[in-house]
Amino acid sequence: MIDTLVLTRRSLRHILRSPDTIVTTAITPVAMLLLFVYVFGGAIDLGGDADQSYVDYLLPGILLITVASGVAYTSYRLFLDLQGGIFERFQSMPITRSAPLWAHVLTSLVANLVALALVVLVALLMGFRSGAGPLAWLGVLGILVLFTLALTWLAVTAGLAAKSADGAGGFAYPLLFLPFLSSAFVPTDGMPGPVRWFAEHQPVTSIVDTLRHLYAEQPLGQDVWTALAWCVGLLVVAHLLAMRTYRRRMSAC
Amino acid sequence: MTTAPAIEIAGLTKSYGDHAVLRGVDLSVPPGSIYALLGSNGAGKTTLIKILSTLLHADDGRASVAGHDVADQPRRVRESISLTGQFAAVDEILTGRENLVLVAQLRHLREPHAIADDLLSRFDLSDAGGRRVATYSGGMRRRLDIAMSLVGDPPVLFLDEPTTGLDPQSRIEVWRTVSELAGRGTTVLLTTQYLEEAEQLADRIAILHDGRIIADGTLADLQALLPPAAVEYVEKRPTLEDIFLTIVGSNS
Repeated sequence: MIDTLVLTRRSLRHILRSPDTIVTTAITPVAMLLLFVYVFGGAIDLGGDADQSYVDYLLPGILLITVASGVAYTSYRLFLDLQGGIFERFQSMPITRSAPLWAHVLTSLVANLVALALVVLVALLMGFRSGAGPLAWLGVLGILVLFTLALTWLAVTAGLAAKSADGAGGFAYPLLFLPFLSSAFVPTDGMPGPVRWFAEHQPVTSIVDTLRHLYAEQPLGQDVWTALAWCVGLLVVAHLLAMRTYRRRMSAC
Repeated sequence: MTTAPAIEIAGLTKSYGDHAVLRGVDLSVPPGSIYALLGSNGAGKTTLIKILSTLLHADDGRASVAGHDVADQPRRVRESISLTGQFAAVDEILTGRENLVLVAQLRHLREPHAIADDLLSRFDLSDAGGRRVATYSGGMRRRLDIAMSLVGDPPVLFLDEPTTGLDPQSRIEVWRTVSELAGRGTTVLLTTQYLEEAEQLADRIAILHDGRIIADGTLADLQALLPPAAVEYVEKRPTLEDIFLTIVGSNS
């Protein structure tokens, strides 16, 4: 536990010394936010929710994209540690075996939360408003934390398995596109049959809808359970996968 | 002081698929000595070091370090050793001092900052201690690397090719550092592909070839394996290294 904290402080220091990684993480989602609200937004028909502003509608999807681009740095940082000798040094020291991994996971969580806060700040400047109470915001935070942890463990697997620095971050690209095939940008009603079916049954739609309902103070319905099931399920599978890759990598280096 | 061997290896084997890297290694390293493991690239030196430092499991045979079996008591072994791998295992983004403090904290030592300052001055890095390691020269990086391995005074130190890739001056700096260690009772097992390095540093030398130790002993023992030297008159020319060091004005 102490080992994990010591190592987390180390990688947080890395981020403090190159804060551009957090800014870069936030720039793509912010650019998308601007593009979709000010360029495409006027042409997008939200259907029944005509009184809802587009920035309010769009924000949850943008937040998920922020996390997806943020975790690419997690696998990149992990890859660099493995590449240099420092990981072997840690492994040859009397510390908790999984501490170096957990340190990267905690660092990822902190870095992503900061990037998320930046994006929310920009959204507020663009007119995003919510009257939701602390409990609803706590719900939003909780789901984002779960989602970040799930993607982080995927990032850990990618970083452990990568052969090059480019390969380490490459796994994030498909994740960046999933929100486009969901209710994040436009309602699914207007999509053709098979696309609509996919959009309504992939994790992003339920998570996006839940976040939207939480801060819009609407009834949550079934979505919240689907969203939680996806997040927790993904987290468990990603964690098992990462630990398996870790054990294999550590016995074969 | 114990007289039991600091490192004891018997019948150690390791294969990667069909490729046998170690084919039965036997070696006994007395405490407080500098032992050089000499071998060409691919002879299995790094594999052996990784097994001894618990990073890799052997297929067969036994190895113990500081009295602890590497397979059965890996944690006890890790408490007794430090590994300086082939690539300087330092954190480039942190300063030299922060690197040392990090290791001291991971070893749960008291007063990590005092330990760091002490090692910085011992390794002539006090002035550079507050700078990021990315700005260090190759020799400084290696010295910091070795200093990090000395945090907590582990009785056994593994140095895997400590001078590969260093310029002649840095190499001499590292040599001086290593010979000082043995004076303090630390057991050092170092691997090298430079014959001169083994000759300069080691109390005993083992030659690893094709996965086996084919010769081991003191330099005199090894020399005795060859017929006695014939006396010849050879015009002594300075080596390029002598010239280089004279011209650049090395003070060593």
